Amino acid sequence: MNETLLFTILTLCALGVLAAIVLYFVAQKFKVYEDPRIDDVEGMLPGANCGGCGFPGCRGMADALVKADDFGNLYCPVGGGATMNAIASYLGKAAVEKEPQVAVVRCSGACDKRPKTNRYDGAKSCVVAASLYAGDTACSWGCLGLGDCEVACDFDAIHINPVTGLPEVDEEKCTACGACVKACPKTIIELRKKGIKNRRVFVSCVNKDKGGVARKACAAACIGCGKCVKTCPFGAITLENNLAYIDFSVCKLCRKCVAECPTGAIHEVNFPPRPVKPAAEPTPDTVKAVPSAEKKPEEIGLAENQKTETQE
Amino acid sequence: MLKTFKIGGIHPCDSKLSKGASIEILPLPAKVVIPASQHIGAPATVIVKKGDRVKAGDIIATASGFVSANVHSSVSGTVQAVDMQKDAMGIARQSVTIAVEGDEWNETIDRSDELVAECNLSSKEIIDKIAAAGIVGMGGATFPTQVKLSVPSGKKAEFLIINGVECEPYLTADHRVMLEKAPQLLAGVRILCKALEVDRAFIGIENNKRDAIEHLTREAASYPGITVVPLKVKYPQGGEKQLIDAIVGRQVPSGALPIDVGAVVQNVGTALAVYEAVQKNKPLFERVVTVTGKDFSSPKNLLVRIGTPIASLLEYCGGIPETTGKIINGGPMMGRSLCNPEAPVTKGTSGILCMNDKEAAREPDTPCIRCAKCVSVCPMGLEPYLINVMSRKKMFAELEVHRPTDCIECGSCSFTCPAHIPLLDHIRVAKGEVMKIIRSRK
Amino acid sequence: MDKKLIVSPSPHIHSNTSTSKLMSDVIIALLPAFVVSIFFFGFDSLIVTAVSVVSCMLFEWLISKYLLKKKPSLTDYSAALTGLLLAFNLPPSLPLWIVVIGALVAIGIGKMSFGGLGCNPFNPALVGRVFLLISFPTHMTSFVSTKAVDALSGATPLAFVKEAVKSGKPLSELMGYFSYGDLLMGDKSGSLGEISAAALLLGFVYLLIRKVITWHIPVYILGTMFLFSGLLWLIDPETYLDPMFQILTGGAILGAVYMATDYVTSPMNNRGMLIYGVGIGVITILIRVWGAYPEGISFAILIMNAVVPLINKYTHPRRFGMVKAK
Repeated sequence: MNETLLFTILTLCALGVLAAIVLYFVAQKFKVYEDPRIDDVEGMLPGANCGGCGFPGCRGMADALVKADDFGNLYCPVGGGATMNAIASYLGKAAVEKEPQVAVVRCSGACDKRPKTNRYDGAKSCVVAASLYAGDTACSWGCLGLGDCEVACDFDAIHINPVTGLPEVDEEKCTACGACVKACPKTIIELRKKGIKNRRVFVSCVNKDKGGVARKACAAACIGCGKCVKTCPFGAITLENNLAYIDFSVCKLCRKCVAECPTGAIHEVNFPPRPVKPAAEPTPDTVKAVPSAEKKPEEIGLAENQKTETQE
Repeated sequence: MLKTFKIGGIHPCDSKLSKGASIEILPLPAKVVIPASQHIGAPATVIVKKGDRVKAGDIIATASGFVSANVHSSVSGTVQAVDMQKDAMGIARQSVTIAVEGDEWNETIDRSDELVAECNLSSKEIIDKIAAAGIVGMGGATFPTQVKLSVPSGKKAEFLIINGVECEPYLTADHRVMLEKAPQLLAGVRILCKALEVDRAFIGIENNKRDAIEHLTREAASYPGITVVPLKVKYPQGGEKQLIDAIVGRQVPSGALPIDVGAVVQNVGTALAVYEAVQKNKPLFERVVTVTGKDFSSPKNLLVRIGTPIASLLEYCGGIPETTGKIINGGPMMGRSLCNPEAPVTKGTSGILCMNDKEAAREPDTPCIRCAKCVSVCPMGLEPYLINVMSRKKMFAELEVHRPTDCIECGSCSFTCPAHIPLLDHIRVAKGEVMKIIRSRK
Repeated sequence: MDKKLIVSPSPHIHSNTSTSKLMSDVIIALLPAFVVSIFFFGFDSLIVTAVSVVSCMLFEWLISKYLLKKKPSLTDYSAALTGLLLAFNLPPSLPLWIVVIGALVAIGIGKMSFGGLGCNPFNPALVGRVFLLISFPTHMTSFVSTKAVDALSGATPLAFVKEAVKSGKPLSELMGYFSYGDLLMGDKSGSLGEISAAALLLGFVYLLIRKVITWHIPVYILGTMFLFSGLLWLIDPETYLDPMFQILTGGAILGAVYMATDYVTSPMNNRGMLIYGVGIGVITILIRVWGAYPEGISFAILIMNAVVPLINKYTHPRRFGMVKAK
C-alpha cells in the first residue's frame, strides 16, 4: 500500500518537473519581445476599449503611443488632457492639447413637431431603416429614433427619450469618443466643443430640403431663411444647401441667432434663463445662481477666444 | 423529373390571384412624373426644360456613362417641372413632370399590331437600337440591357436564357405577356440571340404556369433553337444564378457574372421590349404591371405608361382597399414596401401588391433556436444565422470569409425562420459594409 | 387615406412556422411512444411524465421571472418538451422527488444557466438524466419488467446481456430470451419512453413529413451504430451483439431521433451533422462494448454536444458556385 502511494507521488512529481522543463524551453523559444512600457501606458489609459482613438482597443492605442515619435493625431478622448499629459510625461514626449468635446444631437424633430407619415416595422436598427428608405416622417434627413447611437455608446451616455423619440446626451458621462457619430447613418450627431461652462449654441437640424418642404415635414426644421447669418456679428454662421451651420470655433455664444430663428431650430444649452427684457438688470436670483450671467455675452466670447488663441 | 436549382429554396404559397385577368390598358393619367434614374447605374442627364412640348417616345434624358440608360417621355404634353420628386421610398430624385395633352407618339414609332418577325440588322445595330430605346432588365433588377448584351472581349456567350419563371408570389405580369404576346416575345428572343450571336435560347417557365408552357412550346415550334424548359416550382428560381443552374446545370462562381459560364439571362418583359424597340422603333415607355392583393375584388394586369402615379393604378382597380396596411412595389418576397403611393411607376415596377393589416404586420422575434432552417433554405449556401449575429455585433471585417456579398436578398431565410428573426434586414447591412471593405482595398 | 402605411424591409410574407409550432410537433411525435409506455407501465408512467413536465415548466417560469428578470416564455413549449424528454429517459418506477431534482438540473443547470432557450450547449433533458444516473445509480437502473419472466426482471436487455456475457455465457444462449418483435413493439424493460422502437419511428416519420427535422442526424447515428456493431459482430458473434439488437435497445432510437436532433445543440449544416452523427454512433458502441454503462447513448450525445461549436466553426454548407473549383 505504501509502496503504491510512494510510486504514485514520485511519478506525478517527475511528470510535473518534466512538464515544467519542457514549458520553460518552449517559452524561451517562442518568447516575443514586447516593450514593457506598453503595459504601463495601457494601465494609464481608461481601459474602456471604446475605439474613440481609432484603435480597436486601449492596447492598440498604447502600442501606437509608445512607438510614435510625437503624438500628432493620437488622442484619447475619454481620458482627455489629464491622461494624455500623464502618458506624455511618462514617455518623455510632448502631449497635444485638445479642446474637450461633447456629442451633440442635431435634430429637434420630436414626435409633436414632426408628424409620422408611415409606420416602420423592420428590425429595430437605424442602419437597417436608413438603407431601406427615407424614414417614417416626411423629413428624410432627421433622426430615425431606433437607437443605434444608444447601442454604440459604451458609457451609457446617450439615450432615446421615449417622449420625443430623440436621443439625449448625458453630458456628465459623454466622453466624446465618437462611437455614436459613427453609428448614426443620418450623421445627425456631431462632436462639438464643450464650451465655457458647457454652454453651446448650435443648429439642431440637418435638413437640406428647400424651406417649404422642410417646414412641411417638421415644425422645428431649419428652413434656410438666412436670418441667423445676417444677425451673427462674428460671421460664425454659414448657409449651405438650405441649412445653417454654426462654426463652434468662431461662435462667441452671443445667442442673437437663437432669438432670431423663426422655427427655433437653433438651440442654446446650459445658459442661465434670459432676463425678461434684454436691457433690464439681471434679477438677483439669476445672479445668485450663475454669477457670470452679469457678464455680457461678448465678454464671455472674448475671454474664450483669448484662451483658445493662447493654446494654439 | 422537372429541372430546378440544386441548393436551398422555399415553397411560398403562390397566390397568383390575377393570372386569369387579361392585360388591360390603363387610361392616361393627367400628369406623369418620370424619374431620371430608373435603372442601376448613373442617373440619366435630363435634356428637357420647363415648358418644352414632348411626344410619347421622345427622349427626355440621355444615358450618362456606360452603365446608364436613356429615358423617354411616356406621354405627349408639356413639361411642367424638372425638379426633385419623392420616389416610392420617400427619397427625393430628379424627375421630369409632364402634363398630359392628347396622345401623340413620336413619328418614327410603328403603332400597327402587325408582327414583324424578320430582322436583318447586325449584332452591333441591334444593341445600339436597344440602348437608344432605354431598355433595362424588367424583372425588377433594372440593369441596362445593352450593357448585359455587350459581351466583354475574351468571353463568349453560348446561350440565351429567357426568364419566364416569375417565382414571386402574386405577380402575373410576365405570365400574361407570355400568353398574350407570344409571337412578339419569340421574335424578341430571336433578336436577342442575334445580338449575342448565339443559336440556342431556353425559356424557363415554372410548372405552375402550364398554359404558358404549352402555348409557348406550340408557338416556338417554328423557331429552331428556342426551347421551352418547364421547371419545378421553387423560390427563388427567378434569380439569375439559380435559373442558369436550373436550366443548364452550371453554377456561376462567387463574384463572377453569368457570362463567365457562357450564359446571358433576360426577362420575358425585356424580350418583348426588345422586339418593340428593334422592329417597331418604340422606346421603353410602358410596361405591364400586376395590381393585386387579397382584398381587391378584381386584381388586374395593366399596361401602364412609365411615370403614372401608383395611386391611379390602385384607383382604376377600385381604390385602395380599406383594410390595406402595406403597399408593396414588386412581389412580397423581394418587393419594397412603399411609403408614398403618389410615386410613379418606373421601368422596374412589375407589380403593386396591397396587403391587409394582418398580413402586413411582422411577428415579434424570439431567440434563435439554431434550427439551421435558414442554412438549409439559403440558395447561395450561406449561413444566414451567423451573418445576422456578426452583423449585429458589427464584426464586418471577420464577416468577409462568410461571403455576405454573395447574398441575393431573396428573403428565404427570413421567410422560413421559426423565431421570426429579421435575418435579411441585418444581412443586407452586412452586405453593404463588407462591400465597402472590399472596395476600400482596391 | 388617413391610415399610415407600414413600411418594412422585404420579405413581406412568412412561412408561418414558429418555435412553438415546431416544439408542439415534436411533442405530438412523442405521443405514440407515450401511449405505448402507459400501456406497458400503467399509471406510473403517466405520473412520472406529468411531474417532470410540470416541474420543468415551473422551474423555467421561476428562474426566468425571478433570477433572470425577463419575461417567461412558457408558450414556446420548449420547457414542456424538455420535461417530456426527461421523463422518457427515466425508469417509470422512479421516486417522484428524484424526478423533480432531475427537472431542476435539466432546466436550471442544463438550460437557464446558459441564458435560456437557444444558448445551452448541452441537451437539457440529457443533462438532467445523466445527473440523476450518476447521483442515484440504484434508483436509475432498477426497472420494472413488462414481462413476468424472472430472468429478465429489473434489468434492461442491454444490461442483462452485458452482465451475462461478463460471467462467461455465450450470446447465442441468451438471445433466446428476446424476440425482435417484442423489442420493436416495446415489450421489454427500460426507460419510460424508449421501449417501443416502432412507436418512436412512427413519430420520426411524422417529424419528417412536417419538416421539423431532416433525416440526416438519425440516419447517420443509427447507420454508424449498425455498421460499427455489425463489424464487431462479424468478428465474433458470441461476444458481440448483433447490430439489429443494438439499434432496437438501450434508447438508441429515442436518442438518435429526438435527443440528438435537438436544434440548439446539434450542428448547423449537413457536413457537420455527418461528423456529429458518426461521432455519436461510434461513442455509443464504444461505451456499450467496452465501457461501464450498458446503454451509453446519453453520454455519447453529451460528448458530441460539446464538440458542436467546433464543428460549426470548421464545417460550412456547400456554397453556390463552388462545384467546379478550377
